[in-house]
Amino acid sequence: MSVLLSVHDLRAYYGQVQALHGLSFDLNEGSMTTLLGANGAGKTTTLRAICNMVRSTGAIQFEGKPLNGKSTENIVRLGIAHVPQGRGTFTTLTVEENLQLGAISRKDIKAISGDIERMYAHFPVLKQRHTQQAGTLSGGEQQMLAVARALMLRPRLMLLDEPSFGLAPLIVRDLFNILGKINREDKVSILVVEQNAQLALEIADKAYVIETGRIVMSGNAKEIANDESVRKSYLGY
Amino acid sequence: MELFINQVLAGISTGAIYACMALAIVMIFQAIDHLNFAQGEMAMFATFIAWQLMQWGVPYWWAFLLTLAISFAGGVIIERLLFKPLAKAPILTNVAGFIALFAIINSVAGLIWDFTIKQFPTPFGSSPFLGSQLISTHQAGMIGVTLALLIALFLFFRFTRIGLAMRAAAAMPESARLVGINTGWMVALGWGMASAIGAIAGILIAPVVFLEPNMMGGVLIYGFAAAVLGGLTSPLGSVIGGFLVGIFENLVGTYIPGVGNELKLPIALALIVIVLVVKPTGLMGHTVVKRV
Repeated sequence: MSVLLSVHDLRAYYGQVQALHGLSFDLNEGSMTTLLGANGAGKTTTLRAICNMVRSTGAIQFEGKPLNGKSTENIVRLGIAHVPQGRGTFTTLTVEENLQLGAISRKDIKAISGDIERMYAHFPVLKQRHTQQAGTLSGGEQQMLAVARALMLRPRLMLLDEPSFGLAPLIVRDLFNILGKINREDKVSILVVEQNAQLALEIADKAYVIETGRIVMSGNAKEIANDESVRKSYLGY
Repeated sequence: MELFINQVLAGISTGAIYACMALAIVMIFQAIDHLNFAQGEMAMFATFIAWQLMQWGVPYWWAFLLTLAISFAGGVIIERLLFKPLAKAPILTNVAGFIALFAIINSVAGLIWDFTIKQFPTPFGSSPFLGSQLISTHQAGMIGVTLALLIALFLFFRFTRIGLAMRAAAAMPESARLVGINTGWMVALGWGMASAIGAIAGILIAPVVFLEPNMMGGVLIYGFAAAVLGGLTSPLGSVIGGFLVGIFENLVGTYIPGVGNELKLPIALALIVIVLVVKPTGLMGHTVVKRV
């Protein structure tokens, strides 16, 4: 299995404050990898650093090419779709316009409407609401929309920042099932940041645990889930 | 009654110009959250370019189109050189930038073309429109061009990918970058379009107010009043605001004794203050909610 994304010695800063202290990890092509850790551990910052949305140093390589110095929009155009915290929904635009925006950087314009139909098949609720303002959707529907919008890029890699945040348990389960399906069937590699460690470990194949800006544990998701001492000391369940 | 209709129609036709200026103001406000005080001067300069081209023998409509293209490029260049570096600067720095731009364009126009007033031709003629004594063909042309412009802009923003990208970049810049939109260029594009819209306003009003470097001073104030009245976040609102301000200005000048032509401008300023106090979002604007 080849490495799709490699992060080496990543250090990130908010003003004078250092948030990541030399963090390294790899993500394999086709894998679903999860970054776990408590509030403030640096999970979100890691995703933001990959997309150059926060000042950072270190080497980030995507498909063997360095991302450093590229602007956020150019990194996205390489096929990295980032669903940020708060979902990044264009609340004043319609559901369908949100989906079109997901594909706005694509050159194959003719294929876009077909992809929108595919998203409606994945997420039927979005089709019912396609002319509605995205801000009027419920939290769960907005998260579905955010994932669908990210997929409209036809990404190689999808970065998801706490997709379960603020959603009812049943909806979270639904969403993760869909993510697993997308990962297997559409061959989209996924890096998901989660506080809901139990659920993330169920669907991911590989996991890294972050504490105060460093990787403190890594391994096969099943092994980590079964290791009681790790669960107790880092994951809190 | 005929006086009333006459004044309303005259108000609508000058309102068309205010609508164009308001549209230009709103375009830039949407993109960078600032009011462009130099919008009127940019329009004036563009009008001089059109005049110069016609002096050199370029036919009216070719000069018109060429001026729009030059204005568009000029707007993009001004944004890239002056306001892109100021994007993260405090409001007052931006205001200083706008005032500097105002002063520079005004002086340069005076230097090149001097301050004597010049005649500017109209392609519509100035005979009575459809045999009516109420409105001239030029006034009708002004209204028609403004409406056509509004429809074209609506279609552009509603149905083109680049229009959608511009709306997304204005509404949520960070999310826009995350779908791969180069938001910096969307701002520059907004400036270019605003500059071209301003040029249309200048060219249309020049036959009425005559061409000289200070021709847009009053017009810009009315444009601001129109934009504020319609709502700074709504292009359609700004156009409606433009027509309303035009009508209001004419009726007040005609029917309220003592106002006349001299006191019309303070009325526009009073209108701005009243709208900001009573309904800050304007007629059609929406409240902008920001997380702090």
